[in-house]
Parts: sequence; structure tokens; C-alpha cells
Amino acid sequence: MAQNRRDFLKTLATIGVSTGAISAVTPQVAKAGPTNILSDNRMGVLVDATVCIGCRKCEWACQGAHDKVQQDFIEYENNDVFKKARRPDTNNLTVVNKYDSELLGSETIKLQCMHCDHPACVSACIVGALSKEENGSVIWDTDKCIGCRYCMVACPFQVPALEYYKALDPKIVKCDFCFERTKEGNLPACVEICPVEALTYGKREDLLIEAKKRIKNHSEKYFNYIYGEHEVGGTAWLYLSDKELAGEVFPKLGNDPAPGVSESIQHGLFAYFVPPVALYALLGGIMWLSKDKDKSEEKL
Amino acid sequence: MIKHLHKPAPITKKYFTPGVILISLIALNGLVFLLGRFIFGIGAVTNLNDQYPWGIWIGLDVGAGGALAAGGFTTAALGHIMHRDKYETIIRPALLTAMLGYTFVAVGVFTDIGRWYNIWHPLIMWNGNSALFEVGICVMFYLTVLYIEFLPIVTERFMGKVNLPGILSRLNKPIDRLLHTLDRGLDRTMFIFIIAGVVLSCLHQSSLGTLMVVSGPKMHPLWQTPVLPLLFLLSAIAVGFPMVIMESLTASHSFGLKPEKEVLTSLSKFVAPLLSIYLLGKISDMFIRKTFVYLYEFNTISILFGIEVIIGVIIPLRMFLSKAVRESTTGLYIASMLVIFGVLMNRFNNFVTAYNPPYALEPYVPSIGEISVTLGFVAIEILLYRLFVKIFPVISLPVEKVNFKTKYAIRRNSK
Ligand code: SF4
Ligand code: SF4
Ligand code: SF4
Repeated sequence: MAQNRRDFLKTLATIGVSTGAISAVTPQVAKAGPTNILSDNRMGVLVDATVCIGCRKCEWACQGAHDKVQQDFIEYENNDVFKKARRPDTNNLTVVNKYDSELLGSETIKLQCMHCDHPACVSACIVGALSKEENGSVIWDTDKCIGCRYCMVACPFQVPALEYYKALDPKIVKCDFCFERTKEGNLPACVEICPVEALTYGKREDLLIEAKKRIKNHSEKYFNYIYGEHEVGGTAWLYLSDKELAGEVFPKLGNDPAPGVSESIQHGLFAYFVPPVALYALLGGIMWLSKDKDKSEEKL
Repeated sequence: MIKHLHKPAPITKKYFTPGVILISLIALNGLVFLLGRFIFGIGAVTNLNDQYPWGIWIGLDVGAGGALAAGGFTTAALGHIMHRDKYETIIRPALLTAMLGYTFVAVGVFTDIGRWYNIWHPLIMWNGNSALFEVGICVMFYLTVLYIEFLPIVTERFMGKVNLPGILSRLNKPIDRLLHTLDRGLDRTMFIFIIAGVVLSCLHQSSLGTLMVVSGPKMHPLWQTPVLPLLFLLSAIAVGFPMVIMESLTASHSFGLKPEKEVLTSLSKFVAPLLSIYLLGKISDMFIRKTFVYLYEFNTISILFGIEVIIGVIIPLRMFLSKAVRESTTGLYIASMLVIFGVLMNRFNNFVTAYNPPYALEPYVPSIGEISVTLGFVAIEILLYRLFVKIFPVISLPVEKVNFKTKYAIRRNSK
């Protein structure tokens, strides 16, 4: 009996050591993750669809700023593209689509990554290749990405695109809020070129104030809603329009941060490795006890 | 001492039969498309696009593949941890299936990800918020554990039989000694890996369920629920034994052995309780979230849900409750197949049917290339299984009273 107890303690110690080793790395894991800053000074863009004239110069400028294939400048005045709703893709980080609208007859709206305040793509990315930067941009790191496309599964606006036809080095492509340009104090390419100032670049807080002012001063012109103020916890790009955008232009989304539920499950399951370690200890205990039971049965 | 009437031994039957040749052709066809994927890119072989980034390579190869290899950890828990000696003959075949199954989960991931040469990144680039990261890490570790668990079978096969030809023969002795040391070391420490294997399985089976949670409203409410991880874990546990039963019956049929009916019949007693726990979870989730309203609409989605639950869970549950079914080889086979089908369907539904991206113009249908590669991988797994049981002592053959060790316990050092 004494022998048994000593062995049991030894076994427990073995289990303790191995699980202890796992828990030792816990603090690192708890911290591990991509940059995900929600700064008070984060920037944004206010898109005023009632001002946009659908000239698509932003598409051209964006392509130029990102080494994409540009068409002739004049091609962008061709309105045939408006016949169908396009989506941002690997060569167009932004697209302008035309939608029917009661008030103005029709309305053109520019689409791109929304640069969510709580980006699902950043939360989802297996290797932390996507990050939310201090200035509000959500950007992608080519050196980390493994091409798993989980960011595309996660994004509530279905924005990231993949270069599916490249066997080597396919990239995830999406609007990067002109991170390289704004770093040097330049405006995002699309904002800079817009001839009618449909796009306003500024601190997100200030943009919200500005948007509310516009709605108040011209209530006859605007649908009383700022799309992006609250959706999935808020987005850096904000939209004013003469009509409801949720449902047709954008998906209908709730106001809770998109990655909220999955992150809390994740953290619950792995809270400081307590559940796995407890399970390990429990199984170890069962294994030990059933072994003893076995022995005593054999003796009988 | 317990009398052993069975002892694992390499199977001596010849490798190629007409069936095996057919399977080889399916494997070959898959490899052709696989080559296409690596030469021309994912877009050339699949129907995936920016709206549908994941298809059957994730849904079936990874999602269902992982679940169907769950027999490995459920039998390990039953045989090693709970120490039910009578199940020892099924542990090795289940281990082999799990090992091959998870190897192909990894191969499936490797095939599916665009930048496959970065597959090792999760080892050093961590994102604790990502369910996929958790899956990736656990699968990598679990695969290692499975290989370690299989090692003793390798040492057993070659211990005292190392016989390298010619100049290499000088290595015979040292290799043999190495095998002996390895065997002794493994014997003593194996319980650590066995427990770790079960823990890692529970972790990633549930994390596989968390995967789609982040897609939020893009996923149909019939499947989208915060308890997905629990449902995935419960269904994986429930499909473990049916998978073992199906394989054991298939193997004994294919190798002309007598089915291990007695063991399988008593193993099948566990299935109905496990399935009912899963069903209970699924139904109560449906009522708590009131998603049954979506079943009133008669469309593809509700039909697929119905097939998954009725044919894949309720009918086999009823079958496993019946003593007559449990005691008949055919009954066991059909009921097990239905459970397997149900879990396969469930994973397909979760990853493919339920996923409904906001701007999709037409639904995703897997391409010939995707189907070929998926079938090809299954075929290669079967071929490897057949090869392994011919080389290694995996399947138990009837023998007279002998002593052998297929089981591990927490060791005492006093011996
Ligand atoms: S819109 Fe999509 S891609 Fe852009 S930040 Fe949000 S989740 Fe990420
Ligand atoms: S595709 Fe790349 S960026 Fe997107 S989740 Fe996977 S690793 Fe991250
Ligand atoms: S912010 Fe830059 S990357 Fe984004 S749409 Fe405008 S120009 Fe393109």
C-alpha cells in the first residue's frame, strides 16, 4: 500500500511536470497575436455618396498607387461597367458601383475594405499576417501569410481577395488605406484624386461630427444614418447616402464586433491552459485508478 | 494472466486485387489534378473564388477527415485510459487509421493553402485569437503524438530481425540495440503521449467547430451557433467507434478473416448513448435559438439539414439501440456507415452548405478537380492502410495463448 502511494505521487509529479511545462508558455500565448490597436486618433474616410459623380478616378489612382494594371485614363469614363455590381478584386482594390435611388434617381458608391475597428480578418488570421495599425489601417504582411483564406471566411463585408491563379506567391489583396502614402503624410490616392470631394480623410471622431452636421443641415438630402458608425463595432470608412445602404449595398450586420463570439469561445476553451491541463490531470487520474482496479481484479 | 486469443501480425494476403487496382486508378486521377493545382494554382483546379474561399478541401478533407479519424483517440481512451482489456485488438487498427487520417488532414491543408511553403509559420507566428491557429497547432502536435504511438509497432516488427544486406550488415547490431532501447523507453513513457493525444484531440475537434463561428451572419442559422465547438466534439466522439467497426469489418472481409464480432458488438453498445448526447445537444440548441422555423421552408438547405439529422443520426441511433442489429454483422455495418455518413454530411453542411457569402452571384459547387483530389486522397489512404497492415503487426490474428503487449498503463518505476 505504501509502495502504491509513493508511486501514485510519482506519477502525479510526472503529470505535473509535463503539464507545468505547457503552462509555462501560457503567458506568451496569452499575449501572442498581431498588432491590433484601437487608437483614439485613428483616421477614417467619410464617403458622401450624394456627392460622388461616379467618375471612377479613384479606381485609376488606387491602381496606380499599388502597381496594379491600369487601363487608359479615358476608359474609366465608360459607364458600361455600371451595368453590373462589381466587387473589389485582385486588380481593383476599390470599385464604384451604381445603385438605384429614389431621391436622386441613381447613386454611385465607392467600395473597398472598411478598416473595421474590430476587424474579423485580424482576429481570424492564423499567423497574425493582418494587423490593425495605430492610424486605423488594416494591413497585410506578405512575409507571414500562408494563404489559408480564413480572413476571407471571416470578413463580414467579403472584401479580401486572393490571387487564385498564381501557383507561387499568391497574395491576399485588399485596400490597405494607402498605408505607405499616409505614413509619409500624403493623402490616400483615392481621396487625393477625387475631383468633387466625395471622400474626406480625417480623424474618425471628427468625421462623425462632420457627417452628423451634414445630415442636420441637409436633412432633405440625406437618409438619417451613418453607415459604419456602429456596424460590427464601427468601421473607419463611413458612408452618407440618400438611402438605406444596409441590405443592398452592404450586408445587414449587427453592432457587436464581428470576432467577439469566436474570440470569447477561444479564450474560454484555452483560458490560461486551465481546461486542457485539468483534462490531462483528470485522464491521468482515471488511467491510474483503472490500472489499480485491474490489478486487484487480477489478484482475485 | 489474461488469455489472449488474438495477436497482431502482418497480413500475408497479396496486395493487388481488382478492387485495389480500381482504387489505385482513383488515386492516380487525384494525383493528376493535384499536380495541376501545384503547377497552375488553386484557381485552375477548383471552383473557389473571392466569395467562396473554402470548399470541400477544407470541409471534407480537413473537417470531416479530422472527425473520422477520431476513432484513434476514443479507442485509446477506452483501451488505455479506462483500461478495458477486451478492446485491445481494435486499438492498433484505430491508431493506424488515425495516423493516416491525420497525415492526410495535414496533406489536405498543404494542398488547400495558397502559400504552402509557409505551412510551418503557425509554429512561430502565433495568434491566440484565431480558432484556425488552435486547430493548426493541435493537429501538428497530435500528428507527432500519433507517430510516437505507432513507433512501438515498428520496433516490435524489427526488433531482433534487423538484417541489412552487404556492407550495411555491420549496422545490424547497433540498430537492434537502438530499437530495444527505444522500445523500453517508449514503454515507460507512453502513457504521457496517450493522455496528451486524447487532450489534443478534444481541443482541436472543438476548435474545428469554432472555425466557422467567426463568419457570423454569413453562416446559416441552422448551423451557426456558439455551441458549435461542443457539437463538433460530441459528434467526433460519437463517430469514433462506428468508424472502427466499419473498418474492422471491411478489413476482415477484404483479408478473408473472421470478423471480430464479439468485440465489435460490445463496442457498439457505446454508440447509442454517445449519439444521443450529440443529438440532444443539437436539438436543444435548435430549440433554444428557435432555429426550427427555418425547417418550415422547404429548400435545399432544410433538406440537407434533414438528411444530416434523420439519416445520419436518428436512424443509426435507433439501429444501435436494437440488440438484433448490434449482433448482426450487416446491421453493424449499415448502422456504422450511416453514422459516418451523418458526420460527413454535418461537416459538409457546416463548411459548405451553411456558408452564404453576401455578394455571391451563384452558389459554390465543387469542381471535378476538387472532387478528384478529395477522392484521390481517400484512395491513397486506403492503399497505405493495406500496405501498412501487410508490413506491420496491426490487425490481430487468432493464435493460441501468448503474451504480448499492446496496452500501456502508467508505469511504476519499481520494476
Ligand atoms: S472590412 Fe473585412 S478585410 Fe476590411 S478590416 Fe473589416 S474584416 Fe478586415
Ligand atoms: S490567407 Fe493569409 S492573411 Fe488571410 S488568414 Fe490566411 S494567413 Fe492570414
Ligand atoms: S485608400 Fe488607398 S488602397 Fe484604399 S481604396 Fe483608396 S487608394 Fe485604394
